[in-house]
Amino acid sequence: MTPAGSLLVAQDLHKTYGSTPALDGASFSVHPGEVVAVMGPSGSGKSTLLHCLAGIVTPDAGTITYGGREISAMSDAERSALRRTDFGFVFQFGQLVPELTCLENTALPLRLNGVRRKDAERTAREWLERLEIDGIAAQRPGEVSGGQGQRVAVARALVASPKVVFADEPTGALDSLNGERVMELLTESARSANTAVVLVTHEARVAAYSDRDIVVRDGRARDLEHAV
Amino acid sequence: MSIGHTLLGLLESGPRHGYDLKRAFDEKFGHDRPLHYGQVYATMSRLLKNGLVEVDGVESGGGPERKRYAITDAGITDVGAWLAQPEKPEPYLQSTLYTKVVLALLTGRSAADLLDAQRSEHLRLMRVLTDRKRKGDLADQLICDHALFHLEADLRWLELTAARLGQLAEVVNP
Amino acid sequence: MTWLRDLGLGIRFAAAGGREGWARTALTAVGVGLGVALLLVASSVPHLLDERSARSDARYEATDSRNADSAKKSDTSVLRIDAETEYRGHTVGGFVMRAEGAHPLTPPGVAEFPAPGEMVVSPALKELLASSEGKLLKERLPYRISGTIADTGLLSPGEMYFYVGSDTLTQAGGGHRLTGYGVDPQDTALSPVLVVLIIIICVVLLVPVAIFIATAVRFGGERRDRRLAALRLVGTDIRQTRRIAAGEALFGSLVGLLVGGALFLVGRRFVGSVELWNHSAFPSDLAPATWLAALVVVAVPLSAVLVTLVAMRSVVIEPLGVVRHAGSRGRRLWWRLLVPVAGLAVLVSTGKVGQFEPVNPYPIAGGAVLVLFGLALLLPWLVEAAVKRLRGGPLPWQLAIRRLQLNSGAASRAVSGITVAVAGAVALQMMFAAVGDEFDEMTGQDPSRAQFHTFSELVDGDAAARTIEAFQATKGVETVIGTVEAYVLKPGKPKDPDDMQPVTSLTVGDCATLRELADIGSCRDGDVFVAHPKNDKEQADWIDQTARKGKEVELNSAFADVPGAKSQLWTLPADARTVRAGLDPLGSEHWGILATVGALDPRTLPSAQTIAQIRIDESVPDAAEHVRNTAARIDPGMRVATLTSVTRDRQYASVQTGLRLGAAATLALIALSMLVNQLEQLRERKRLLSVLVAFGTKRVTLGWSVLWQTAVPVVVGILVAIVGGTGLGVVLTWMLDKPVTEWWLFLPLAGAGGGLIVAVTLLSLPLLWRLMRPDGLRTE
Repeated sequence: MTPAGSLLVAQDLHKTYGSTPALDGASFSVHPGEVVAVMGPSGSGKSTLLHCLAGIVTPDAGTITYGGREISAMSDAERSALRRTDFGFVFQFGQLVPELTCLENTALPLRLNGVRRKDAERTAREWLERLEIDGIAAQRPGEVSGGQGQRVAVARALVASPKVVFADEPTGALDSLNGERVMELLTESARSANTAVVLVTHEARVAAYSDRDIVVRDGRARDLEHAV
Repeated sequence: MSIGHTLLGLLESGPRHGYDLKRAFDEKFGHDRPLHYGQVYATMSRLLKNGLVEVDGVESGGGPERKRYAITDAGITDVGAWLAQPEKPEPYLQSTLYTKVVLALLTGRSAADLLDAQRSEHLRLMRVLTDRKRKGDLADQLICDHALFHLEADLRWLELTAARLGQLAEVVNP
Repeated sequence: MTWLRDLGLGIRFAAAGGREGWARTALTAVGVGLGVALLLVASSVPHLLDERSARSDARYEATDSRNADSAKKSDTSVLRIDAETEYRGHTVGGFVMRAEGAHPLTPPGVAEFPAPGEMVVSPALKELLASSEGKLLKERLPYRISGTIADTGLLSPGEMYFYVGSDTLTQAGGGHRLTGYGVDPQDTALSPVLVVLIIIICVVLLVPVAIFIATAVRFGGERRDRRLAALRLVGTDIRQTRRIAAGEALFGSLVGLLVGGALFLVGRRFVGSVELWNHSAFPSDLAPATWLAALVVVAVPLSAVLVTLVAMRSVVIEPLGVVRHAGSRGRRLWWRLLVPVAGLAVLVSTGKVGQFEPVNPYPIAGGAVLVLFGLALLLPWLVEAAVKRLRGGPLPWQLAIRRLQLNSGAASRAVSGITVAVAGAVALQMMFAAVGDEFDEMTGQDPSRAQFHTFSELVDGDAAARTIEAFQATKGVETVIGTVEAYVLKPGKPKDPDDMQPVTSLTVGDCATLRELADIGSCRDGDVFVAHPKNDKEQADWIDQTARKGKEVELNSAFADVPGAKSQLWTLPADARTVRAGLDPLGSEHWGILATVGALDPRTLPSAQTIAQIRIDESVPDAAEHVRNTAARIDPGMRVATLTSVTRDRQYASVQTGLRLGAAATLALIALSMLVNQLEQLRERKRLLSVLVAFGTKRVTLGWSVLWQTAVPVVVGILVAIVGGTGLGVVLTWMLDKPVTEWWLFLPLAGAGGGLIVAVTLLSLPLLWRLMRPDGLRTE
């Protein structure tokens, strides 16, 4: 049963790491341009759900459909290609390549897609401007603040005009003010580009930037909107 | 906090005398403010009138006349509806929410669903406030932030309670 | 005291630091251990050489014995003739011996004098003879093996050596009387050129080992720094953390010493089976010189501590993390440049070195060492400078370059070992090539005419004819130029007793043979010629003093000075033609009297040598061995010399192979340390790799980036080595006053460098693949 008009739908996902079940029958869907918060306590399987949805890990059972294509049936190479072209990512920390400048970090997804360096860096610069950090373009991640670094990450997630951005605790390492600014920029940019955002967070004020939220508890996702 | 719904909920586990009801209420919810017997009497007569409870039997002899109350089907439906209805997020909601959670546990309803519905309601309001904050000026932002922080605190309480439901169930239903 | 306490604390951390601490210690210990084992081997070289030369001296003929007057026949004296031969590129040494009395002397290591027709052999030779590989050699040495030569009689366990008993050997047949074994150790000064070579070889092989040890001490440094940061949090100060780190390094290097000692002791047992440059060594020969071993034991831990302290200077360990100021302290060029320039200056100012005149070798070695060290010092600056200028390019390239820009120190340090090894090897090979090629030019031997030259003092009957026939019948032989040669004198006594009696050579052979030796024109059996050198009037006159046409010549060359020798006269025919001498295959002009067999029966010559020059068909397998077998059958004492530059080439090739092997082993060692660093770095970046995977980064992209990251410093290092090594080679060759003949000797080493890049990359790929999984993203 696929909710009409959904971009990404997961049904009855199961995933076990070792003997610990991380997902135990989770279902989820997101519409184009929609910001969905995935909440839940630590260890509930939020991140695993995100990794499955993004095709980073394959679930043991269940189906994930993206734009009519079955992600769980794709090869590793196909999933990698999909992540390069259609998805963007923001993580909590440690995601910027320390030796590349902020501009080069931002341009990375475009370069991975084979865009020429000049064009990629021009687009990347536009995004840095949009996120109000074009001043740090030439600096390395080690030389900028956490908030700036996280904005670089947001710019990088959006630079290749993805259909879905997966954000895993994007503000986890930031203070309230910086965190809210990053969330504002992320959701505004995503909405204006009709990019869907899957936002994993345990913070209610971060989740409040979403259009809708679901709760993962004990590996089961309660998608309240589509609850039967 | 709705005393009527609470007493109804207590009756779900079986018919009780008015005095038993008061004792059960005090024991479970009235830690700081015990119930007057008069309050029980007034509430029960209102519930009787609305057909949510019925008199199961009268005991006389010895002291004053003692009525035993039992919940009706309409009463059970009413309790269920009350529990399922999220409270309007507002300050100092805890005692109501606590009562609801305990009652849900006592009556075998899903306390987790109740909490999730409440979470959702809180988050809905937070979304509205966040949106208002985004569009408003600095004053709006500060005011909204105040409300948001309070709501967040409630939400965190909800999360914590959800995580401790198992423990609570053991305490409530020994 | 605090010093000691902090060091002790470090040792305690290293020893009891849990699994991670142990892993780091083990890594360092194994690395240091490998280096220490090599150093111990190197420090055993003096002892090894001493032992070898002692055994060599012991089996050498005693000085008295070599004097024909004092060597008298006795109960113990022995007649012997050198029967050394060669088998498939290996020298097989040995003697044919005949006891002259009841109690003949035995050489060292031989228990019983071999009976006629029997022989004692070295274990290696015994094994070869017993195998199918040695089938042809067995034909040459068909004697019954009556015993083996003990270690005391052998230079190395792999040496092939034999003593054959004989009852037919005579002094006339070339046998030499021996009355004693053993000479006093000769204190011959090494030639200066050799000293220079040895010093440079030591530097080339040991500097990379030292660099490897220094790198090994830093293994796992980043993790250690983080551990130290945690210590800062609980209140240790910066000095203390440095001392604790030094303590850890000390412990690692001490364990490394033990590991190295164990490796050395265990490896020593197998040293006999390792052959380098056709030599191997007895385990007992590998005993480190005490002071060198002591130096290793002291220097290794000391340098471990120093390296750690120096490394820690560029790192500030704060309670909350590690701050590296890599870029802030820019590398200076001037003093790095100063060292190699100073080295070159020393070399050039020393000037040319004569081959024999005594020279102080130390400035030369010092200069070369300075140049090599200077290259190693120059490298980090060059890598940094090169990387700074690089930008753009495809994504993997960009990732690698940016990484190197941020921190190229570790890579440069490791690569500097390669630079020293390759530069030194290139320079040495250029020298060897120059020396070797010059030798080939000098011989002028013509291998297209003959590849073998045999020489036998056994001339009885129609030896020449039989020898030639035998060789001609040998498998794989194309043509044989066989002659019987003797010296002939002008009869009578010189007027002045101090004057030399005119003498010239007499060569007897058939027309075809004589035609190979001189420009004789028409020839019939019975003809005689007098051959004059081409452009040497003086020599021609000297020949004509003996070779007087129509006059007699004295055939017994002993007649002039050996009392009792009988005169034997022969008349040089008056119609003998004077002809122009040609070059024989040996490359020398063959002049004197040339007689056909019809003119002079070689059987009548009182003393002569049979000489055959043999051309083989090189496509016939083992043709050379068949020729040697034939020679041994005719006369075990017959000398078979290989013409052409073959021998020389092989020697040179073995030096070259040895150098290449050494350089390759060094490269492997360095590759190992680069690999460890690479793996460590990858593990450090586990999370980042996972993030990159999430972004859909292809494995290939990161694989290439790993490749470039190794390739750039290695390529810079090898370029520096090629330029520096060639430069050093040119200067050293110039100093030996020889022209540079080979410019492209660095190619194989450059190729090896390429192989190293590929190997390090390929070996890091499995870990990269394993880390390129989403596990690193799981923080919950």
